[in-house]
Amino acid sequence: MDSTVTTGAEDNVWGGGNRPLGASYGKLMMWFFIVSDALTFSGFLVSYGFSRFKFIETWPIADEVFTHVPFFHGNYPMYYVAFMTFILIMSSVTMVLAVDAGHRMMKNRVILYMFLTIIGGAIFVGSQAWEWATFIKGDFGALETKGGRILQFVNAETGERAALAEFSKTLPEERVKHEGSNGIWYQKEGYKTSYSLNEVIEGFKASPNILIRTETINEEGEKTLLTRQESLAKLKDAKLVVEGANLIRNEYGSRLFADFFFFITGFHGFHVFSGVVINVIIFFNVILGTYERRGHYEMVEKVGLYWHFVDLVWVFVFTFFYLV
Amino acid sequence: MSFLLRQESIKNSIVNMAHEHKLEIFRGLLKFKSNTQKIWGVLIFLSIVTAVEVALGILKPEILTKNYFLGMKLLNWIFIILTLVKAYYIAWDFMHLRDEKSSLRRAIVWTPIFLVSYLIFILLFEADYIYNVFKEGFLSWDF
Repeated sequence: MDSTVTTGAEDNVWGGGNRPLGASYGKLMMWFFIVSDALTFSGFLVSYGFSRFKFIETWPIADEVFTHVPFFHGNYPMYYVAFMTFILIMSSVTMVLAVDAGHRMMKNRVILYMFLTIIGGAIFVGSQAWEWATFIKGDFGALETKGGRILQFVNAETGERAALAEFSKTLPEERVKHEGSNGIWYQKEGYKTSYSLNEVIEGFKASPNILIRTETINEEGEKTLLTRQESLAKLKDAKLVVEGANLIRNEYGSRLFADFFFFITGFHGFHVFSGVVINVIIFFNVILGTYERRGHYEMVEKVGLYWHFVDLVWVFVFTFFYLV
Repeated sequence: MSFLLRQESIKNSIVNMAHEHKLEIFRGLLKFKSNTQKIWGVLIFLSIVTAVEVALGILKPEILTKNYFLGMKLLNWIFIILTLVKAYYIAWDFMHLRDEKSSLRRAIVWTPIFLVSYLIFILLFEADYIYNVFKEGFLSWDF
């Protein structure tokens, strides 16, 4: 036990309470966590870069993948992600306003701003869920070759992408989806596409205005469009129909793109989700007056650090997934 | 008694620490009257940067997509630089790094910058090497 109790214990170098960095224990620990988490995200994003540079000539073009806005039809690349970015920055602003109000001990303002932050976070997580759903559902459908490459279809007259439904034939053939209950229990079909490979191929042969687009990016920075002759030759390599994206197949192009998309935005989305949960807890603590009694709102500041970090990560994810 | 005194002193130092805000951004070019004003100012700046990014991403001016620097399109360089600018203002003003001691700030900022630069350097070079092996190394992956 410390028998020499002095009121100046905080000024003594070895007496504890010495703060060379001018930040409290809790804040420092939050920064420790943030730096290590930043390194985790960097690892993910750099490995995305690794795979992309490895397949630099065939990597999907993000503008062609993320083209949807809820409640609107048509081709609107990036608008929705830009909106999501804005929402997250906005909720960062309300968070920092809550921290500022906390410094000035204005409880009601802290409550209001924390509430707005939570709403912003919820909108963001919801948007991300919608983005995932759209990505998984897919757009136009494509064929996969035996080498695992993707063949997409373009209408030669309009230059627009052609969906499988536009030209595929409906043939009187029957194939049953393979369930886990039939045959070996661990083998089952994940999903059955709306058209069989044969229907797509027959439909393609019957419609001369449809061309095949490969994954290769040409000098204009666009995907290579084959001529009708080349398309018909390429069609022989096709092995299965792909609609939408999952961890194994991806109609937009490289499978790794979908894998990284799910992994990185999923990991980020999980951070946003936990951020919302933590914000809700702190929000109720503020309402209950916990920090008013404690005499300071430093907890709001610490949670705020985490929330801003989530925003910071999104800025990078936005750039590397949607812009570059 | 000493415990209570210490609690009181921690509380005071937290309250005191909190009130020192540096209100200048752009190296003193823009000085705000209050912390709240600075927050809104930074929001406006970040929104403008995001709008510029989105506009460039949609328009894709040819001068920027046809010209390369260190093997990457100028447009992508612009995106990455603007991202770092945004990250700077989020960390400095929203996360209050501007108000922290420089030793803390350096520990937080330079550690990841050093490690991540190394990671980027080593992995992207490796990826480019594998790309060349796939392209020229008697290896067929698109069959």
